[in-house]
Amino acid sequence: MTFEEVQKQAKSDWDSLYHGEVPHILIGTATCGRAAGALAVVEAFNKELARRSAQATVTEVGCIGLCSLEPLVIIVKPDSFTVCYNSVTPQMVPTLVEGYILGDDPCLELALGTVEGGEGEAVYIPELPRFEHEHRLLLRNCGYIGPGNISHYIASGGYGSLAKALKMEPTAIIGEIKRSGLRGRGGAGFPTGTKWELCRNAPGQTKYVICNADEGDPGAFMDRVVLESDPQQVIEGMVIAGYAVSAREGFVYIRAEYPLAIERLKVALEQAENLGLLGDNILGSGFDFHIEIAQGAGAFVSGAETALMMAIEGRRSMPRPRPPFPVESGLWGKPTLINNVKTYACVPLILGHGGGWFASIGTEGSKGTALFALAGKTVNTGLAEVAMGTTLHELIFDIGGGIRGEKQFKAVQIGGPSGGCLPESMLQTPVDFDSLREAGAIMGSGGVIAMDEDNCMVDAAKFFLDFIQSESCGKCSTCRLGTKQMLDMLEDITAGKGKIEDIDLLVELGEDIKDGSLCGLGKTAPNPALTTIRYFRDEYEAHIVEKRCPARVCKELTAYYILPEKCERGCEHCVLACPVEAIGNTEKGIKVIDQTKCTKCGSCELVCPPEYNAVVRLSPVSSVPSPEVKKPKKRHKKGTK
Amino acid sequence: MEELDQQLAELLTPNRKDRRHLVSLLQEVQRKFGYITKEAMLAIADFLETPGSTVYGIATFYNQFRFTPLGKHPVTVCMGTACHLAGGRLVLEAMARELDIEVGGIASDHEFSLDRVACVGCCALAPVVIIGDSVYPRMTPPKVEEVLVCIRPVSLDESEKQ
Ligand SMILES: Cc1cc2nc3c(=O)[nH]c(=O)nc-3n(C[C@H](O)[C@H](O)[C@H](O)COP(=O)(O)O)c2cc1C
Ligand code: FES
Repeated sequence: MTFEEVQKQAKSDWDSLYHGEVPHILIGTATCGRAAGALAVVEAFNKELARRSAQATVTEVGCIGLCSLEPLVIIVKPDSFTVCYNSVTPQMVPTLVEGYILGDDPCLELALGTVEGGEGEAVYIPELPRFEHEHRLLLRNCGYIGPGNISHYIASGGYGSLAKALKMEPTAIIGEIKRSGLRGRGGAGFPTGTKWELCRNAPGQTKYVICNADEGDPGAFMDRVVLESDPQQVIEGMVIAGYAVSAREGFVYIRAEYPLAIERLKVALEQAENLGLLGDNILGSGFDFHIEIAQGAGAFVSGAETALMMAIEGRRSMPRPRPPFPVESGLWGKPTLINNVKTYACVPLILGHGGGWFASIGTEGSKGTALFALAGKTVNTGLAEVAMGTTLHELIFDIGGGIRGEKQFKAVQIGGPSGGCLPESMLQTPVDFDSLREAGAIMGSGGVIAMDEDNCMVDAAKFFLDFIQSESCGKCSTCRLGTKQMLDMLEDITAGKGKIEDIDLLVELGEDIKDGSLCGLGKTAPNPALTTIRYFRDEYEAHIVEKRCPARVCKELTAYYILPEKCERGCEHCVLACPVEAIGNTEKGIKVIDQTKCTKCGSCELVCPPEYNAVVRLSPVSSVPSPEVKKPKKRHKKGTK
Repeated sequence: MEELDQQLAELLTPNRKDRRHLVSLLQEVQRKFGYITKEAMLAIADFLETPGSTVYGIATFYNQFRFTPLGKHPVTVCMGTACHLAGGRLVLEAMARELDIEVGGIASDHEFSLDRVACVGCCALAPVVIIGDSVYPRMTPPKVEEVLVCIRPVSLDESEKQ
């Protein structure tokens, strides 16, 4: 079959799926969907459809980015509107099949809203406030096409850019990428076109193309979603890159913690190869390109390009000084092009629509869109894709829906362990490479974590340093020992053993580590501590001077206390939940925590019924009133279920 | 033991006799046996004609490799950023307490083992715990117990036997 025939076939298959005789059921089964129980929903649909002899096709799709509403199901019905259901359980399935597959009732009471063709009161999803700010390029197909079916991708225009590229001069492709203004999405924001040109011009016959899918930032998952939901766009981008820089071999370095992404990528590679879009003589052009998967083995530093290549070579992933840059001497000493997953995913779009089109989105210095993983305390968590230059405020309050509950926004952590925590006053900062760097954070990987009044800034800084300290490869002493020293100081502060001089010492040491480290890991490691000191110095001082943790998070500075006036007395929830039998009764039956026994596990606070809400955390510890404690009640043996 | 050698030999095929396959060989050994034994490391070293210390060096450099067996139900608690901020530490402590094992350890009956990981990419559902192939979202210390009750071998068999 020629590619035109493949395209035609794919389009007609797609049409019959969407405009055919039978309803089409899309179920999101990316990792987030699965965690929420999507596989059970798939099974329930298959069973129920068979039981009722109902005609419908079921397609497992990726994630549309509304992770907190998973499992999500979309039902496309011929001659009727398309409806999206959230938080679907297997128990809801018979109702949906009865209502909308067999009957004509779209069960709007169970729906999030309609996707196409609204009706009366139903929410029309594309008009939800968040979509006003979203600009979906890389996510355009996510959640709508089957990642396990290449023909869906082709039907939506996929591989058209590759076919076009193979008829272009490689230098013209590079010119188009340069015109687009695309900058690397792996964090540093290096101009992609320039990198490709350097690699193309590097002397040597053998060259490599690497896709960095290590996504080591513990709080980012955009690359995972892209690979699980629409892997073909990344493969297409890599093949074009290979052609442009004249490489014949490519690697995707992907972290082992993403088993589903690896599985879906494998399937995608196979399917692309079967259609002649990958492998030898691609689309009859005479160009050969093969892609291999290399699995990471759980080291954050492996994400750094020079370290990553060591890992593929089967060695310890320790960064080395640059120059030489990978484009000159990379994998096995050969010129190597290394880009992030999202960078490659932009390539087919740029070639399809033109560099000028891409450059028209975004800001002066940062073109295109930015993909963010929203997590933490916002109402909506999941993925968001916005034009560069959107403000943090829009991201958190309009797309994220603000902070959950009645809580106050405190800070946003952006850029992961290399990034920084920005306070409310910085929320007007536009998200683009340069503005974020100025503010002390970095675009980094794109993890955005919103924190509220219940999050302690010193604890957050300690968390990142703990991570970095254990992930430091140990090559540079400033990084290896310096981060340990900083961590020790932060541990002292959170334990109430800090000295006021420590704050300035942390800043000084942080600056030294930045100067004295070889790779980006060390150079950015102090950022979380430095930005929290810069913007939340008062919290550090409260820990040190008053022995008080304002967010009541730091264990040593916090105690659990049961408010006598709120305790219901008859209820035994906390007593039963306490793992160390630290909760006893007063004469009046009011529950009291024995502070000497309490391990601060937090169970009592969680189980105290919300209508009483009697368990509170107090800081400093000395603020706990000390009542008379009767002997602790014997713990009831819990019955087995 | 012989069966072990047999399985190992299946992995060490001539087309992988190259240093670049070292990490993936270790990964496969771990996938097959659940952990990396000294014997396996020595066999790989022999096969790749590198010193055993090199293989040991690589295996200990990467976080993924473990040198003690996994439990029948391997429990991994996420301690990534989102999970940490959502109370992941309390979940990890509850897990350690309920299973009565330390992080990195395995229960004496080999039913459970406990590890921590830095982010599995489900941050939107934090804090998460992974047991076997299942991801448990939005965990809390009280939920830990509930989840374990459903997985623990039921003592029903015993009462049936009587
Ligand atoms: C410690 C460290 C970790 C990194 N982790 C990643 C990562 O997980 N994913 C990624 O794409 N880039 C990561 N990078 C950046 C890479 O070194 C490299 O700049 C990037 O892959 C280049 O791709 P780009 O030009 O498309 O951004 C990391 C850098 C450092 C110093
Ligand atoms: S931080 Fe736990 S899943 Fe990402």
